[in-house]
Formats: sequence, structure tokens, C-alpha cells
Amino acid sequence: MNENGIGARVRRKEDKRFITGRGNYTDDINRHGQTHAVFLRSPHAHARIVSIDTKAAMAAGAVAVLTGKDVADAGINGLPCGWLIHNKDGSPMKEPGHPVIALDRVRHVGDIVAMVIAESKNQAKDLAELVEVDYEVLPAAVNAVEALKPGAPQVHDDVEGNLCYDWHLGEKDPVDAAFAQAAHVTKLDVYNNRLAPNAMEPRAAIGEYDRATGEHTLYTTSQNPHVIRLLMGAFVLGLPEHKLRVVSPDVGGGFGSKIFHYAEEAAVTWAAKVVGRPIKWNSDRSEAFISDAQGRDHHTHAELALDNDGKFLGFRVSTTANMGAYLSTFSTSIPTYLYATLLAGLYATPAIYAEVKAAFTNTVPVDAYRGAGRPEACFVVESIVDKAARETGRDPAALRKLNLIPASAMPYQTPVALQYDSGDFVKNIDDALKVIDYDGFPARCDASKKKGMLRGIGLSSYIEACGIAPSTVAGALGARAGLYESAEVRVHPTGSVTVFTGSHSHGQGHETTFAQIVCERLGVPIENVEVVHGDTGKIPFGMGTYGSRSLAVGGVALHNSLEKVIAKGRKIAAHMMEAAETDVEFKDGHYRVAGTDKELAFGAIALQAYVPHNFPHDELEPGLDETSFYDPKNFTYPNGCHICEVEIDPDTGVTRIERFVAVDDFGNIINPMIVEGQVHGGIMQGIGQALCEDCIYDESGQLLTGSYMDYCMPKADMVPFYEVGTNVVPCTHNALGVKGAGEAGTIGAAAAVINAIRHATGVGDIQMPATSQRVWQAINASAAQAAE
Amino acid sequence: MYAFKYHKPSSIEDAAKVFSGADDARYLSGGHTLLPSMKLRLAGPSDIVDLSGIAGLKGIKVEADKVTIGAGTRHNDVALSAEVRAAIPALADLAGGIGDFQVRNRGTIGGSIANADPSADYPAAVVGLGATVHTNKRTIAGDDFFTGMFETALEDGEIVTAVSFPRPKRAAYMKFPNPASRYAVVGVMVAETASGMRVAVTGAAASVFRVAEMEQALASNFSPDAIAGVAVPADNLNSDIHAAADYRAHLVGVMAKRAVAKAAG
Ligand SMILES: Cc1cc2nc3c(=O)[nH]c(=O)nc-3n(C[C@H](O)[C@H](O)[C@H](O)COP(=O)(O)OP(=O)(O)OC[C@H]3O[C@@H](n4cnc5c(N)ncnc54)[C@H](O)[C@@H]3O)c2cc1C
Repeated sequence: MNENGIGARVRRKEDKRFITGRGNYTDDINRHGQTHAVFLRSPHAHARIVSIDTKAAMAAGAVAVLTGKDVADAGINGLPCGWLIHNKDGSPMKEPGHPVIALDRVRHVGDIVAMVIAESKNQAKDLAELVEVDYEVLPAAVNAVEALKPGAPQVHDDVEGNLCYDWHLGEKDPVDAAFAQAAHVTKLDVYNNRLAPNAMEPRAAIGEYDRATGEHTLYTTSQNPHVIRLLMGAFVLGLPEHKLRVVSPDVGGGFGSKIFHYAEEAAVTWAAKVVGRPIKWNSDRSEAFISDAQGRDHHTHAELALDNDGKFLGFRVSTTANMGAYLSTFSTSIPTYLYATLLAGLYATPAIYAEVKAAFTNTVPVDAYRGAGRPEACFVVESIVDKAARETGRDPAALRKLNLIPASAMPYQTPVALQYDSGDFVKNIDDALKVIDYDGFPARCDASKKKGMLRGIGLSSYIEACGIAPSTVAGALGARAGLYESAEVRVHPTGSVTVFTGSHSHGQGHETTFAQIVCERLGVPIENVEVVHGDTGKIPFGMGTYGSRSLAVGGVALHNSLEKVIAKGRKIAAHMMEAAETDVEFKDGHYRVAGTDKELAFGAIALQAYVPHNFPHDELEPGLDETSFYDPKNFTYPNGCHICEVEIDPDTGVTRIERFVAVDDFGNIINPMIVEGQVHGGIMQGIGQALCEDCIYDESGQLLTGSYMDYCMPKADMVPFYEVGTNVVPCTHNALGVKGAGEAGTIGAAAAVINAIRHATGVGDIQMPATSQRVWQAINASAAQAAE
Repeated sequence: MYAFKYHKPSSIEDAAKVFSGADDARYLSGGHTLLPSMKLRLAGPSDIVDLSGIAGLKGIKVEADKVTIGAGTRHNDVALSAEVRAAIPALADLAGGIGDFQVRNRGTIGGSIANADPSADYPAAVVGLGATVHTNKRTIAGDDFFTGMFETALEDGEIVTAVSFPRPKRAAYMKFPNPASRYAVVGVMVAETASGMRVAVTGAAASVFRVAEMEQALASNFSPDAIAGVAVPADNLNSDIHAAADYRAHLVGVMAKRAVAKAAG
């Protein structure tokens, strides 16, 4: 194996610049003559804008104050939604307008009312206070279930009853039939708490217009600059691609929240031409809480039918998902195709039916957040399986194993549209049970009891559909875009290599992982490989990074380009060594003529490619530069088992996580260290959702947890050292055999934690986040019940 | 932030003079409360009078019967002081449990008590240890210093110069931190002092308060069991998204018992 090739724990190339403060983030960029924008945002969740008076702000020195009327007058369209969902009856979902700046009506706290442009950010803030807005406050719809009831306040006049769509998946009749024969039915109601994404780097955007060339440039904190260029250029501003460049330099975390096309991006791009100067905006943390798309927020009722032996017969799920005030870019696909399709979990349940209603409310829009739909699905499935085990007096691990899809059944077609290609789910559980010493739990529990503490252990077996996605499948399901990925490999004359990828790192370490693939295939030293991403002026059209897709889709595109480079190199080598192409083999960075001692290093071939003095030009073109677009045949299906062990102080309700074990199948692994980092971070986010993170809105639609004083991020001292391992079952349908690891931790972790808490307390319906108060109340309530 | 005038006087007299001559001045100490509220535009003083240039406001003096801490002394200076730890370990513990390391490297005792946040830790020490607050005008008994939520006995422009804590016979502080902010949801200082038993609770109500019933019970039997039956009424306690009043009331009991157990060794 190449020491920096596939499978090596290579230290991240990019970290040196990050940890020495030399990263280049959007806010580090300053353009000549730059102005600063502040967005005046609605303090009300729902109100009619009676009037806006910008005169005082202009008189006090604003470069410009732009309102919804200016946007409308300029003929700018609203922000588009990228995924069309159809109702049960086949009719399309409701897609109300999402203006770049609100016109007449504001629909959530944080909705943009005006854009104030000044010489400095602080001056823009001063001037924003001089903009007089007269609001007529309206009642707000906040909770998604309440919003769908008759008489609820209407978020959009053209969306009756606030219903965006009423969608379903699976066949209802077989499920009803299964329930009719069930020996036992377990019922569950869960609320999947709403989360704020909280990327370390707040969003930022700089718009710039070059009068000489007519070219617009947007610098933005995006996970997918080409997608932004397409959405903003073609749908919102009407700018052609060749006159619009979108640059996302280093991006400091996103967790999904930087996928979407946001109003601020369109506003700075447009207004930069209006004022004739570059415009910078960067978000404050408080602003992020009310303007970054949030995640989750599902209300779900689920029922599981079991036979006498504990086999699952049927599963039905009914979910209400909160869309917030407007449809964010991929919002509509999250509670449908990224959620209901995963409701089979790892189990061979023969009949599954899911219904999902999506509701508009006067809250911040909801969209993909790390895991996006799959954590919600996993939480429902793994909660109800645990509950069924308790109700029927079975061991939760044993009940799971009884119902798992066996490895021998692969490929396995689920009743909810997916075809799992590979995995050994039983081994995941067995390995994890061994690491945590499941059999030793009773003794550990007794030891805790002696200290006056409660102890519990909880499992969560998850599967996710990643590597998003095959374009044909996505298109058939309503995606308005393709979901392939691109990679160009440019070999330079002296043999160094630049990779241009359509994927984009926002912390995942692509500059290292992708370089390792090049290193492995071409045999060039890792320091001779540069990975370029994030600039539509440089990279081929690509779909970006989300849905754990960069390696499984972008990495395979890179692999395919490398294969093309090797093939072209072979032609050159054959010519130079005067051998038949079929006799030339490539290994360890050298082309060799089989059965002879003739060989040429890859670097020598690269040089010849650009100095083709004696090429037979009819047969052989100069150059060594290849591009591939890879569209996968199927999703990839990372899967695994998480086990959490907790100790709870019954006097305070405080939960301490004592152990956390994860055994994951990510297929082949390029860099185990980076994968472990992804798993650690993902588990941390799952624990955050389980124990403390929560967007709490009051009835008027104000976010009560709008700062770190109240929104509780998980902290390092809340968790133990994770014990993580892998169980490699290569993906069967991509050339690298990889599945992706970006979201897994978040998908599996929350249910393991909550199941452990339910086990420790004996209270089966503890909801997330299981704060100390909630756990304390639950313990008291169950004690009171026991006393009756 | 709104624009303001910045002053950095080198004496207490000058500080007070600048303050009284200004429109709407505020003293600045560690800045960990004042600056965030200015950045959020919740506060907009005309003048900032930075006290950090006044040498006399900083430092720790340990004497046989008391520990005196200058108003400008940072939390970490108290938490990490071997002398404070030897004299009043409960005080070092309390300071060491404030916020995080960065907060403790900036925040000061004077700023903390002048601000009188209902969830701050130091009020439990000031009242629980029977401290005396020194100002540029007078001395104020710890019991009289905190008068309400974000309210103190300080007059406009009055400067806290130091706080002296009599050495207790034994004492301990137990805190139930808010998991988000790390401020006290409930914090209880229990101390056996020369002037009697003290149980002071911060975080639970609008302002720090003493629990007489617990003090009486502990006077005759300094053990967690002695106060196990004392219920703190939830009526006037704070209720918020993190802790309802009944939970806070319960936590006061739990933290008090744990503090007694710790103080009893
Ligand atoms: C993230 C975070 C977490 C925190 N966690 C905790 C916690 O767990 N527990 C806790 O107790 N505190 C906590 N704090 C508060 C912090 O520790 C400080 O105690 C607090 O900010 C006030 O002290 P300061 O020196 O920063 O005062 P400043 O912010 O400078 O001033 C606060 C107020 O006091 C006035 N003032 C300052 N000095 C004097 C003086 N000598 N005389 C008269 N008035 C004066 C100022 O004018 C101002 O009104 C936290 C703060 C932050 C930012």
C-alpha cells in the first residue's frame, strides 16, 4: 500500500492553515470600495407591513436602503424550491412565493424587511434603526399540528389551511391486513425537536459587479456554489452562467444549512450592481438563529404490528412536518423521500405505509440538517422497536436481531422504495454488544443502584440512504435537479496533479481524502496533489456536498477521471516504449511493458503529454487532463449499531453518558482518522439533540432559545470517549466500494441515548431533549403512579 | 455598538468624577456583561469609564480572620489562588465554577456583584459567608447589598472597591449549572460562621436569599439529614424554559444537602 494512499491515516493537509488562523473564509475577503449591508428583520412572527419609511436613514448617510418594493420593481423572482412533492391525489404541492425581501407581509421573526447599505457594518446598523416600519401584528401559527387545524392563522393567503402537501408512501391495504392479524400492536407518539444548525462560521456573502465585463461575482458560505449559481442566476435574478461566478472559499461548517439558496445571496449580488460597489454582509450569531434554515420538527404517531413470536408484520407512520414560513431549497424532500423511505430501518417488516403532512407556520424555514430526514426516521423506528420489546417482555437486542434483514437477503427491496445493496446488520449488533459488554450490564446496573443512581443501556441500529443520488431516481421522485458529481484531473507537465471537484468541503477534509485517492491510483506523492473546489470559475459543474455524497459520488467521479488519465498515459507509454498498448501495465506509478525491463515513470509520461515532439497526432492527442461526471446507479447504504449506557441521578434528573459504542459499516474507508472524526462529531450532534438542543418558540412565534445563553449546545464535558469501530462491507455498485460517513453519527446516536434513558427510568415516553428537568419530572410521575 | 466616549482613569476619585460629569456613564470592569449587551445594542452608554487602570482595585489579601478581594480581581485569580483555597476553599470553588476559562479570565468580582444577575454565583458567597462590600463611599453589609433582580444598594456612580469575606468555620458551595450558559440554575452556599449558620441561595429567585429554616436545623445538627425535611416553597421562585419553580425548589434542597455533606467533609 502507498503510505499516503487509500486506507492510510494521513493527517489532514488543510488543518495547518485552519489551526494557524490562515484559512480564507468569506468574511476574510474584502473587495476594493466595498460597502456593508445589514438586513433589517421583522421582530414579529406574523404582521402586515403597513408602511416603510427610509427617508431618515437615507438622509443620515445610507448608500442605499432597499425594500421589497425595490426588489419587485426590479423584476426579481422569489427563491425557488428544488423538489416538487405530489399529494396523495396526484396534485402538486402548494408553493407560495418566497420574496427576497418581504413585500406587504412578514411571516417569521427574522424575515427580511429592508436592506441597509452603508460604509461600515456598524453604520448600517445605526441607519437600520432609522428605518421606520409600521406593522399591523397578526396572530401567528407556530406548532405544525395546530397550524393544520381549522381556524388556525393563515401563513399564506393562497395556501388554505397551511397545508403544503399531504403525501404518502407504501401500500395501505397490506399494512391494514397485517394489523388485523397482529398478536400485539405497539403505539408511539414522538416529537422530533427542532434544531438550529449552528455552524461555527456564520453565513456571509459579498456581491460584486464588474462594469467592464458585465460579470457578477458572489462570494458566499455555500456547500454547493454551482447549485447557487444555477438557482440564483436562472431562477431569481435572471443572470446567465457565463456572467456569474460563485465562489465559496473555506467554509466553516454547514451541517446542511449552507446548501440552500438564501435571500441575502441574491440581495447582495443584485444590489452590488444597483449601488455600483461591492457589498458585504455577514451574519451575527443572533441573526443566524432567526435566518439560517433549521432542522427536524416532526410530530409523529407510529404503530408496529407484531406476531406471537415477535416478528414484525406491519408498520404505519403518520407524520406532520413543519416547513416554517417558506419553502427552503430542499425542504419538501426531507420529510418525504429522505424520511419515509428509511422507515423500514434494518428490519424485514413486510408491509409499511407512511403518510406525511407538511405545514406552513410562522417560524424560520426548516430544511436539511445533518442526516436530514434519516435521523427522524431512525428515531421513530428505533424508539418503537424498543417500546415493543419492553411491552412484550423481550430483550431489545434480541428483538432487533430476530427481525433484521439477513446479509444473505442482499440486495433487499424494502416496501418503501429503496433497494439496500449490502450490509451485515447482525454482525454490527453483535460486535457492538461485545464491545460494551452487554452481558455485564446487570452488574454495572447494581453498582449504580448502590450509589443511588439509575443506569440504562440503549441500542439504535440505523441505516441511511446516502451518496445522494441517482438522477433518474431523484428525478422520478420530483427532484428538479440531477444529482451526479464531476471531477477533472489535470496532470501538469512535471507530473503534479490538480483535482477540480464539484464537491465542496465545509470541514470534512476533502483536500486530504481526494488526494489520497490520486496518490493511490497514480503513485504520485501526496504533496504533489492539489484539490480545488468551491469556485464556479474553476471547477466543472457539480452538485456540491451534502447527504454524505462527496466520496460516494464525487470520489467515484474522481476515480473515473483517474482511470481515463491512466488509459491515456498508457497510450503515450506504448508509443514511447514502442510496445502494443495491451502489453503496457500501470503499477506503483510506472508504466511497464509486460515481460521486459522497459518502464517509464508517470512523471515522464506527463512531460511527454505536453512536449509531444514525435506524437502520431492522428492517433494521439497531446495533454493529460480528463473529466468525468458520475451518476450512481443507486444510493449507498451506510448502516451500523450504536449503544449508549447512561447513569442518571434521580435527585436532579441529570443524565451522564457513561459509554458510547458505535460499530459502523461505511464500506471501504479512505482515511480512518477522518472517518472517526466524522463519527465523533456526528454522535455529538445526536447527543445534543437527545439531551439539550431545542428551538423553543412561544405562542407568538418568538424564538426563546435564540442565543447560547438558552440554546444548549452539547459540550465536550458532557460525553465520554467514544468507542468506535467499523465493519466493512463494500458497496456493490461503485468503483471505490464506499458508502459515505458524514451523517451516520447523527442519524444513529439520538435514539441510543433516549432508549438508554427510557431503560434507566422505566419511563417509555420521555421526549427529546431529555433535559434534567424532563427526566426528573418523568421519574417523579412514574413514582407517583407506582404509589397509586 | 453605539458610539461612546472612553475613559481610563488611574484613580477611584477620577473615575467617580468622570462618571458624575457624564450624561449616562457606565463603569467597565471585565466587560463580560456590559460589552455583550452593548454589542447587542441593549445598552448604549454615553461614556465608558474603564476601571481596569486603577491599581488599588486589584488583588487578594488574606488575613487571620478574613479574605479581602479587590473589586477588579478576576474570577480565575480567586479560583487559582492557593491562599484563598487554604483560607476559604468554598470561595475558590465558587469562583472556579463560574462560566468557562475564558469568562473567568475576564470577569471580576466587582462587576459580578454590581451587576447582581439573579443567576450569578458570587451573590451566594457575599450573603452566604456574611461578607462586607467596600465602596468608595462606605461599607455595606453583604446581607443588605442585593436588593432585587439586577438591583443593589449601590447609589448612582458608587464604586465597589473590595469585598471582604470572614473566614468561616466550614463552608461549601454547590451549583446546579444551566447546561447552556453555565450560570446557576440554583447555587447554594452553606457556611458555619462566627456569626452563626448561613444558607444562601442564588439562581432560584429574583435575588439571593437565605433559608432560615435550614440554618436553624443545621445549627443543632450539621448534617444533610437535618435539612432533608425542609421544603423551600416554590411560590416566589423563578420559572423559565430551563427550570420551573417546583424543580428549582427541589434543587435548592438537593444542592443544600450536598453542600452540607461537602462542608462536613
Ligand atoms: C458566557 C458567560 C458565562 C458566564 N457564566 C457565569 C456563571 O456561571 N456565573 C456567574 O456568576 N457569572 C457568569 N458570567 C458573568 C461573568 O463572570 C462576570 O461576572 C460578569 O460578566 C460581570 O463581571 P465583569 O467584570 O465582566 O463586569 P462588567 O461587564 O465590566 O460590568 C458589569 C456591570 O457592573 C458594573 N461595574 C463593574 N465594576 C464595577 C465596580 N467596581 N463598581 C460598580 N459597578 C461596577 C458595570 O458598570 C456594569 O454595569 C458569565 C458571563 C459570560 C459572558
